[in-house]
Amino acid sequence: MSKKYAKNKAWTVLLVLALGAVLALSGCGGSNEGAKPEAGKTPGGAGEGVQDTLIYGRGGDSVALDPAIVTESESLKIGMQVFDTLLEYKESTTEIQPGLAESWEVSPDGLIYTFKLRQGVKFHDGSDFNAEAVVFNFNRWSDPKSPYKFEGDSYDYYDSMFGPEGSRVIKEVKAVDANTVQFTLTKPQAPFLQNIAMPSFSIASPKAIQEKKADFKSNPVGTGPFVFKEWKRNDTITLEKNPNYWKEGQPKLAKIIVRSIPDNTARFNALQNGEIDLMEDLNPDDAKQLEGNNELQKIERPSFNVAYIGFNLKKKVFNNPKVRQALNHAVNKQAIIDALFAGEAKPAVNPMPPTLWGYDDSIQDYTYDLDKAKSLLVEAGYPNGLPEPLTFYAMPVSRPYMPDGKKVAEAIQADFEKIGVKVNIQSPEWATYLEDLKAGQKDDLYMLGWNGDNGDPDNFLYTLLDKDTIPGNNRSFYVNEELHKILVKAQVEVDQDKRAELYKQAQFIIKQDAPWIPLVHSTPLMAGKVNLKGFVPAPGGIESYSSVYFE
Amino acid sequence: MNSYIVKRLAVLIPVLLGMTLIVFSIIHAIPGDPAETILGDKATEQSKQALREQLGLDKPWLQQYGTYLGELAHGDLGDSIRTRQPIAREMLPYLAATLELTVASMFFAIVVGMNAGIVSAWKRNSWFDYVSMVIALVGVSMPIFWLGLMEQWIFANKLHWLPSIGRMNSRDPVEAVTHLAIIDAMVGGRMEQVWTVIKHLILPSIALGTIPMAVIARITRSSMLEVMDSDYIRTARAKGLASFQVVYKHALKNAAIPVLTIIGLQTGSLLGGAVLTETIFAWPGIGRYIFEAISSRDYPVIQSGILTIAFLFVIINLIVDLLYAVLDRRIRYQ
Repeated sequence: MSKKYAKNKAWTVLLVLALGAVLALSGCGGSNEGAKPEAGKTPGGAGEGVQDTLIYGRGGDSVALDPAIVTESESLKIGMQVFDTLLEYKESTTEIQPGLAESWEVSPDGLIYTFKLRQGVKFHDGSDFNAEAVVFNFNRWSDPKSPYKFEGDSYDYYDSMFGPEGSRVIKEVKAVDANTVQFTLTKPQAPFLQNIAMPSFSIASPKAIQEKKADFKSNPVGTGPFVFKEWKRNDTITLEKNPNYWKEGQPKLAKIIVRSIPDNTARFNALQNGEIDLMEDLNPDDAKQLEGNNELQKIERPSFNVAYIGFNLKKKVFNNPKVRQALNHAVNKQAIIDALFAGEAKPAVNPMPPTLWGYDDSIQDYTYDLDKAKSLLVEAGYPNGLPEPLTFYAMPVSRPYMPDGKKVAEAIQADFEKIGVKVNIQSPEWATYLEDLKAGQKDDLYMLGWNGDNGDPDNFLYTLLDKDTIPGNNRSFYVNEELHKILVKAQVEVDQDKRAELYKQAQFIIKQDAPWIPLVHSTPLMAGKVNLKGFVPAPGGIESYSSVYFE
Repeated sequence: MNSYIVKRLAVLIPVLLGMTLIVFSIIHAIPGDPAETILGDKATEQSKQALREQLGLDKPWLQQYGTYLGELAHGDLGDSIRTRQPIAREMLPYLAATLELTVASMFFAIVVGMNAGIVSAWKRNSWFDYVSMVIALVGVSMPIFWLGLMEQWIFANKLHWLPSIGRMNSRDPVEAVTHLAIIDAMVGGRMEQVWTVIKHLILPSIALGTIPMAVIARITRSSMLEVMDSDYIRTARAKGLASFQVVYKHALKNAAIPVLTIIGLQTGSLLGGAVLTETIFAWPGIGRYIFEAISSRDYPVIQSGILTIAFLFVIINLIVDLLYAVLDRRIRYQ
């Protein structure tokens, strides 16, 4: 190697180093991609004028895009844009309104539902939407031998809403004529219309299912406001405007890109930097930064959840309701809300949110009263507090109803300490956590929550606290026969006022028994650009973006 | 040299086989029922049982292992339980994303780390030496999570110099061909996008490359110091060679072997340890792919993901060993 060459090589290395440093420090100047877009400009979009592409940032990716085979909301959120259901929920409520079905009639015995379908609607692949398509979809979901059930697919929402095989609620679905569909039920089902409106029962193109087969779940075809375009897993899902959408003047956007950005703070950073336009799951702490920021707006999702501390009734110490009531008196909910939810939550009294019909607002909460708690413990035979420390399972993941489980657990730990109850906090990894709770061996008390699916009290009270849901969602192993009778009766009652009355009775019993400490109903926070309009967040977390636009 | 390479390659087979056994046993020791985790709260017992049967989870694990090895021999990594896509096809984009990030991070770590180490050794006990070794110490102990969020906050939110997340401008994406975004942008003839892609790489690769950068700087420094005290360097200096040439030519070549070892090890650990960086920067890489698979008990994906990383690790080690042989002829005869 010549002297000159060696010298050159060394200089090259140094030059590269210097270049690297300069690049890092200068911010690379030049083009402005990634930098904050100037006001009024469409960042990298389709030319001049108003922005018509929405970039939506969320925490996780979808699992599959066929809404019939999934139960998790990240998948259903995309399904909501690509598909329509026979009935829909009115914006931001859980009331139903016409969707692909324009009108419907119910027979007096509550067994026959006749739907008149909207005419002239086409699937994205050009095929016609009609009564046959509806029949095809319902048969696919209900018939275990359907050739259009693909390997490994399960239709869990269908089974849980309309009964598993062998005890189906829907006996038959038939096409009366091209635009009329008739459902015959085996027994009346009070929330039938509510259920039909769930995004899981979206009507898919029979032609596309027949052609794409198992690929349909990653190439969905529906009648919805947006046409599925591309899915880069764990990165982006791209949807484009359906120009032939049946709702007048919708959708307003030309394109939606849904991005997965797992970390809440990183997602907020991306929003501030103009890389996304709208985000979910804003950390309550980050929300403070929105005050006084005139480029961003805070969006509150209506509260439709409950976070709770459950007692494991398999454990002897919790056999006595007085112990459970005592612990209910020992939690300072408002202090937790102020410190750990940034004030964006309401103390929970009952296991269902107050916005839901059938909520009993005459029920009084157990007040935060340490003396009362101590005297209840004395009555229960524990004058010096509980002898053994309890194992308290605290959530290792953040959920809209519980942004930081471990900190909440620590606050409660301190509260309990004051009445002589010691707890050890444990937070195993999420899948193990849920399995342990289901087994009920390791935990004494635990933290969990629930977000409503369909706007029916049954979806909170029966799903979470009935004896039928052991093992399952009733992780407190709480059994009350009287409650069970009421909840089952409410399931077949068709008159909503009577049902509301039954659910009020149920809430009263649950409050007395205190299988839980209902903690909070949180208000999940979102943030978006200030010129983003028409976005109406739905209580259940799954909303249509078809009336969203930029000013 | 050729027979040396052949021998090194032959050793790979038992190593890889052993890896499959270890990975398989560990994964199957994880408590919990995958069918339950995959199907979620609302699943019926019937559909869970059906899934267990379909996945062969009801069979003894030795039989499951045998089946797995058989499929592996045919180049079939199986299907993901969660998405039901063939893993070999599904993993490719993730792998490419991670490789791109790893290469950029190591480029940063090597260029900055080695030069800092060399200059520190050369100008021993100077202010540069002290400052860079303090930086190296801080760099090793810096939490990636914090560093990443700080970078975003300063360079993206406050200064608006660099994008904070993702691999490219998603409003105007580059079409995926090789899944290596820089190459895809070049192949697509979109030169303006090449620059955009590079800008997306800068913050995550600094976050990921900081620890290896610091490690490399310290190793380079101590290795260089040792060499520079030796007789032949004194001779070279005595012959009147310029310091620069002594350091970068004579000393570096002999100081390079321990540095090379560290570079190999660090590259391997980056491949697997990128989860945090990938999470903060929304980088759809293999770390996140495996992480998501673990939380959903997606056994085939966890297995294949870990094996792929282990395989790359072994390959990197092989390359390092071969490079030793190039640098020091005595090694290949051992």
